[in-house]
Amino acid sequence: MIYAQSPLAIGLFLSFVLLVLGLSFYLGRRTTSSSGYYAAGGNVHWFTNGIAFAGDYLSAASFLGICGMIATAGYDGWMYAIGYLAGWMVALFLVAEPMKRLGKYTFTDALDSKFNSKSIQLMAAISTLVVSVFYLIPQMVGAGTLVTPLLGLPHYAGVIIVGVVVTIIVASAGMASTTMVQFLKGGLLLIFSTILVISVLFRGLSTTPENDGKPYHEFATLQANVENGRLIVDDPAYNVPANWRDSELAEAGFVKLTQNGIESIWHIQENPQGGYVLEEALFQAQLNDGTRIYNGAPAEEGRFFPVGHMKEINMGGETVMQTGAIGPLAFLRTIQDSTIVLWGTKHVLTPEGYYSIYYQKPTPGSHILRPGLKFKVDNATTAEKFNFFSLMLALFCGTAALPHILIRYYTVPSQAAARKSTLVAIAAIGFFYILTLFMGLGAMTNGVVNIMDNNMSAPLLALSFGVILFAIISSIAFATVLGTVSGLIVAASGAVAHDLMDNFFGMKMQDKNKVLTAKIAAVCIGVIAIYLGIVFEGMNVSFLVGWAFAIAASANLPAILMLLFWKRTTAQGVAASILVGIVSSLGLILLSPDMYVRYGLLPSDAPISFNSPAAISIPLSFLALVVISLLTKRVEVAEDSTENAHA
Amino acid sequence: MGHGPAVKLGKDNAAGYKSKIGISMFAVYTIIYAIFVMINITQPELMLIQIFGLNLAVVFGLGLIIFAFLLALVYNYFCTRAEARLNN
Repeated sequence: MIYAQSPLAIGLFLSFVLLVLGLSFYLGRRTTSSSGYYAAGGNVHWFTNGIAFAGDYLSAASFLGICGMIATAGYDGWMYAIGYLAGWMVALFLVAEPMKRLGKYTFTDALDSKFNSKSIQLMAAISTLVVSVFYLIPQMVGAGTLVTPLLGLPHYAGVIIVGVVVTIIVASAGMASTTMVQFLKGGLLLIFSTILVISVLFRGLSTTPENDGKPYHEFATLQANVENGRLIVDDPAYNVPANWRDSELAEAGFVKLTQNGIESIWHIQENPQGGYVLEEALFQAQLNDGTRIYNGAPAEEGRFFPVGHMKEINMGGETVMQTGAIGPLAFLRTIQDSTIVLWGTKHVLTPEGYYSIYYQKPTPGSHILRPGLKFKVDNATTAEKFNFFSLMLALFCGTAALPHILIRYYTVPSQAAARKSTLVAIAAIGFFYILTLFMGLGAMTNGVVNIMDNNMSAPLLALSFGVILFAIISSIAFATVLGTVSGLIVAASGAVAHDLMDNFFGMKMQDKNKVLTAKIAAVCIGVIAIYLGIVFEGMNVSFLVGWAFAIAASANLPAILMLLFWKRTTAQGVAASILVGIVSSLGLILLSPDMYVRYGLLPSDAPISFNSPAAISIPLSFLALVVISLLTKRVEVAEDSTENAHA
Repeated sequence: MGHGPAVKLGKDNAAGYKSKIGISMFAVYTIIYAIFVMINITQPELMLIQIFGLNLAVVFGLGLIIFAFLLALVYNYFCTRAEARLNN
């Protein structure tokens, strides 16, 4: 609706997909062993693996979700980035080298290396599957979001395309092609995000931003007075319904006007000088006859405008209309000292249908560059503070427990290489997260945000500089999704084929058949991911990843850390910890207010008042491990490695 | 049973040292991250304090990212040195 398809973007996108597929088939011909499929033969260079780590990690959540959240909620979106990066310190300092020492192909191998326990094999495999599927959901949602502006296809088509392409990639070559895709994508993402940020700084800030040469839609303001119960606006071209005051819209603070047969909705506020001020809003309506209109017209008429602009620019104590080229620190200072128009949302049910209305909220930059727009921190209730704390805990603890990140430690040849690749990942990811602050704020102030779906903010920011940059950034973003999804599917297929069928059920297969089983599992998991990607359409992808982190941190991290650092840990304790972590985190998510919205119920009816479960489920998981370990006896099996199991 | 490293690893005499230094650095970073989170939860108005023309929220956030990288560099330096000293 606010996008137009570009042949160049489509061409680049298709070329990239064909390149990735060609690379996969080429590498696939060389992958016939389990070691090749699960761990790329264990001989990837640490620098390549480090950038591939970044490629794995800078998924749809980081590139699309964080930028989108910063573009609409400012600093609170960046809090996700800070938490995501902090999680790498857990991975580097505590997990990287021991995981390399203990494991072979999967995270389960490492956990089970000292016990040979059926219960660990089962629980760890289930955990890998659950976490991978939850992480797959936002990636698929991001894929659907991307394909709409690129190819003009509906969301579900994008999800299906990504699902099919990725399943082909994984089923053809496993970790070898996944690593190459991630390396390429991680490198390109860093390079072109830097170019995009430099472009934003070079353009500077303006109260009337241009979008690829097109002027920004000027949101109108009307003056109005009430005479004998009728609302009289100063522009006679607009018609006001006689019963304007008796509608559900009026109760929500809006009035519907008509001009040349087209309806528009206005935010009505009292004018301190007397009368009323009407500010133009945007709306999407699902009418009772099944039609959907965007700002009074069908989507094709393009009346739903991109948003986000500076209301007032204060630079160095002076008020200006535009800044011109600006340095990074001056950019942040100017945002902080100025006023920016953000957008609020209200949903109103009327006799004609269901209206989602987006209205202007001029906000001081000082509020945007501090927490509080998404997470309530000022005068917050205990539940709100707990929710924020719980999310930050999940982000901190989740990284080192993500199966698709953990398996990457098996692709390098040594412990030192595992450590060095983590260092490269931290440098690349940290640099990228600094860029996201500028990309998000750039989108917020350059009139590019689709307020109905902020996931596309970074690619649409690129579009404001021309279709070439948009085409490149969109292709990279699509590759971002491809790479991360393929890594997740490798991890999940390994859980099914290696951990469950091979180890747990003891189905002794030839190496070739093991790989074939993993590829069949990859196809099945791909189908599940496609279905879930369609179901969760419209949710911010970074928010969804927050759930995956919470489950991973609850189910996996206590088991990993206690195995490494507490000698009384038993197999039963590890299995109990994983089980309690999965059940408690998943249970709390399913009962959360945001899931109640998904069920079509009121969020206030949810039995718990917070969305992030980590602060409860992680301690429960630790507690289960300690208690069960103390109640059971540790039985170790002989190690087949010369390594120190405990660091 | 298929466990153990994917590739044959030599004995690592530096493992204990690396583990100790890793835990110490983890503790340092965790404390600073916890301070950041707790300020946001309990005293969010402190985030408005101006440092170099930017508020504490931005400076602390950038600082956490840059500090993570510097700490990782220091950790890698000490680990590499210990490996060279103890494994050769």
